Formats: sequence, C-alpha cells, structure tokens
Amino acid sequence: MTRPVSARQLERQAYRRNRTIVRIAVGLVSTVVVLGALTAGVITSPGWDRVKLTFFDWHHARESFPHIAEAFWLNIRLFLVVEVLVLIVALLVAVIRVIPSPALLPFKILATIYTDVFRGVPTLLVVLLVGFGFPALQLAGVPSSLFWLGAIALTLSYGAYVAEVLRAGIVSVHPTQWASGRALGLSYGKTLRHVVLPQAVRRVAPPLINDFVSLQKDTALLSAIGLVEALRAASVYQAETFNFTSIGVSALFFIAVTIPLARFTDWLGIRALRRQAGG
Amino acid sequence: MLTIRGLTISFGDHVVLDALDLDVAAGEVVCLLGASGSGKSTLLRCIDLLEQTDDGDILLGGVEINDPAVNEDAIRRNIGMVFQAYNLFPHLTVLGNVTLATRKVAGLSRREARERALELLARVGLDGKAHAYPDSLSGGQQQRVALVRAVAMQPDLLLLDEVTSALDPMLVGEVLDVVRDLAAAGQTIVMATHEIPFARDVADRIVFLDGGAIVEQGTPAQVLGNPQDPRTQAFLARYLD
Repeated sequence: MTRPVSARQLERQAYRRNRTIVRIAVGLVSTVVVLGALTAGVITSPGWDRVKLTFFDWHHARESFPHIAEAFWLNIRLFLVVEVLVLIVALLVAVIRVIPSPALLPFKILATIYTDVFRGVPTLLVVLLVGFGFPALQLAGVPSSLFWLGAIALTLSYGAYVAEVLRAGIVSVHPTQWASGRALGLSYGKTLRHVVLPQAVRRVAPPLINDFVSLQKDTALLSAIGLVEALRAASVYQAETFNFTSIGVSALFFIAVTIPLARFTDWLGIRALRRQAGG
Repeated sequence: MLTIRGLTISFGDHVVLDALDLDVAAGEVVCLLGASGSGKSTLLRCIDLLEQTDDGDILLGGVEINDPAVNEDAIRRNIGMVFQAYNLFPHLTVLGNVTLATRKVAGLSRREARERALELLARVGLDGKAHAYPDSLSGGQQQRVALVRAVAMQPDLLLLDEVTSALDPMLVGEVLDVVRDLAAAGQTIVMATHEIPFARDVADRIVFLDGGAIVEQGTPAQVLGNPQDPRTQAFLARYLD
C-alpha cells in the first residue's frame, strides 16, 4: 500500500482512471440520447396536447389523490393477507408433490391437478368464479365478505404458481444433501425441513419475490367483483369527471410499491452470487 | 518467452506476490513448488490476466500483457490455463468442450475443430468419450479433457494450476502422463504442483516460492537434491518423508 510504485505502474493507473471516466461519459451520453429521443417522440406526436389534457392534468391528479390513497390501503391489506396465505398453500402443495409417500397419492394427484388447472386459468376468471360463484353455493362457512372472497381467489391462483417455484427449488437441491441429512439419522421430514427447504427457499427467493410483485399489482383485478380498491376508486373518479388522470395516479401507487420490491429482488440475487463466489 | 519483473499484488493488506522476477524460455518446463499460500496460484492467475496487479511488468514474447490497454482476449488466446477443479462446461459434451474455443475463437470450421479434437482426445486415450458429458467421467478423465481443451488452441504458453490436487492417487498418474507428453513435444509449461517426483522427472527448472517471493530456483537436481535455503529444506523434508 505505502510502498513506492514504479513509473510504469503510475501510467497504468492513469490509463485505468481515464478509461473509467470515458466509460461513465459514454453511459451518460447514451442515456441522455436514448431517453431524450423517447421523450421527444411522445411530445411531438400529433395528439400530445389532447393526451396531456385528459391523462396528465395536475388539478385532477390533486383532486383524485386522497380518494385513491384511501382505496390503495385496501390493496396493501389484501396483498399482506394473500401473501401469507399463498406461502402456506404453496408450501403445502409443493411438499405434497415431492414427498414419495404412497399414502399421499390421492393428495399428490389433487395437488398436481390444482397446479395444472390454476396456472392455466386466467386470474381474472378465478376472481369472477370465486367472487360470484362461491356465495351462490350457499354453503355454511363460505365467507360473504368481498374482501375474503377476493383473497381466496388470488390465493388459489398465486398458490399454484408459487408452489411450482418452491418445488423447483426443492428439486434443485443436490441429492447428496438429502443423503448427508439421512446419513446423520434425520428422518425424511426432518431432512426436508432442516436441510433441503432452507437451501431451496434461498435459491428461489428472487423468483418467489417476483411472483409477489406480480400479486401486488393483481390485487387490482378484485375491482371486477366490486371491491373499491385503488383502480376502482380511480375509475369512479374518471367516470364522474371524464378525465383519465386518476387512472395514472393509481398506477403510480402500484409502481411505488413494486419498484422497491423489484430492487430488493435484484439485491437478493446479487448477494446470492457474491456468497457463492466468495470463499 | 515469458519475462516477469517486480510483480507485486496484494489482497487487502496481505502481500501475495512481492516484487517477483521470473524468466521462462520457449520450450521450457518450469515447476512452481511451495506451501499453500506461497503465491503459486496467484502468479499463474496474474500471467493469465485474471488478477489486476499492483506493480511490475509481465512480458509475453516481448509484449507487456498487463498493460491495461491490451486486448485481454487476444492475449489469452495464446495462453492455455487448466485449473485444479477442471472447470469443464457441464452442458456440453467432451467434444463440445474441446471445440468451443477452436470454433468460436480460433475460427476453425466444424470439421477442422472436430478432427483436431478427436486427434488430441485419441492421444490421451479418450476418443471413445467424445460424446459423453463431463459429469459421467472420472476426475482423471475430466482433467485430461480440460488439458486437451487448453492444448487444442495451440497456446504458446500453458499454465497448469495444481491440476492433480483434486484427484485420488490412482488417477494422478494418467493426468501427469499427458503433461509429460506435452513437455516432451516442446510445449512451454509453467506448472504449480505438489507432485515432487514428477517435477524432478519432467521439469527443466524448479522454482521454490515462499511468502510471495522466489526463495530458490534451479535444475531439479540442484533444488531437490541440494537445497540451499532452510525454507526449501524444511518444505522438502516434510514432503519427501
């Protein structure tokens, strides 16, 4: 560190510094050029003045903001509840599908049908079927609140996706990990719980959070069964004023939640890579 | 062919190579000996431009290759490197591993690359495994494939980083036989190793490293038969028991 460095090495260091500066400059220039061209393309379009009035009106943005903010709280609550339910359902389904126990065969078949069907049906369809179909059954114990019907619909749909992500994680853990768990005398279940699942969950954390990012915005689908969440509140405002700015405002709310989640996912991925590379 | 002057590199406060000088002539086989942490692997990694050096010059054929302005890919094209852990590409067959660089970097046609690969694989007794995947091979077989993969590019200089350290004793011989043949064919080799009998047999020169510096170097007879430095003596005493 403190030792004197040769003149040639100083030249090399100067070259690297220059190269870094050039790289930063190239990055900045290309960013300005690309974003500038995109912005110019939109602003110079023939309908821009009209679009600006109907979609980006400051007055309407301020007017609709408190209504949408209040309604968005419902999206947050839905997201938090459904996220927990999805994890429980998905873990159960994934474990049932990997455990090689013959007694579980009917459940394995059901679990397979469940993931196949609910990954195949559009989420909006599931929302409509559960939201309007469940209450019509008139079964005792079926919740009548739209909140819980919506939560069940999203859980059914997302549970199938997340179960497959978890199952992929479990299958990707190397067989030698199972072998060394069993060799220590751990049962199949204990090996799964203490050795395999922790590694599996860490490995699939990025796609798992990816699904939760998606879930967060799909809470807006529940507007279809009449829940007054952010999108519904924005539509109501739009219907009253014939101005679409409120829809854009509700989009900003969703983005404000998904962007931090997305960055968190990136960070998890980078950290996992670093851990593997280190040591 | 290879000239190193004042090569210095630290990781944090730890000086791994300390103003090291080394010359390797064309066709020469140089074995680097030394305890773990003496800087053997780091030296090889520096020559292959895998580490950013703190000071010193590395010249290959008179060209300063650690100049940050050089095209590293063009330099590495003339240097082969084989690692302790084989590092074969698991998604490619043996043939796919060996022909990847000769096709995509050296620009050989599919047929030329295939012919060269099969000829080299035959020389190491693995032409029958051309279509096998690496995971189905033994460690010794995998390492022979890794050697063939490096040699297929016909590098001026071949760097071998403890290529037998991950192998059990039964398999060490089959890999060293390949290295011995390469040396006999005139390949310039710099090799970090713990196989002292092999080094005695094949090396033109043995370089003993300790604490990131060359303690002693010379012919195998000099360094192994009559070590002068107490550190070399202590190291050899432990290995040759």
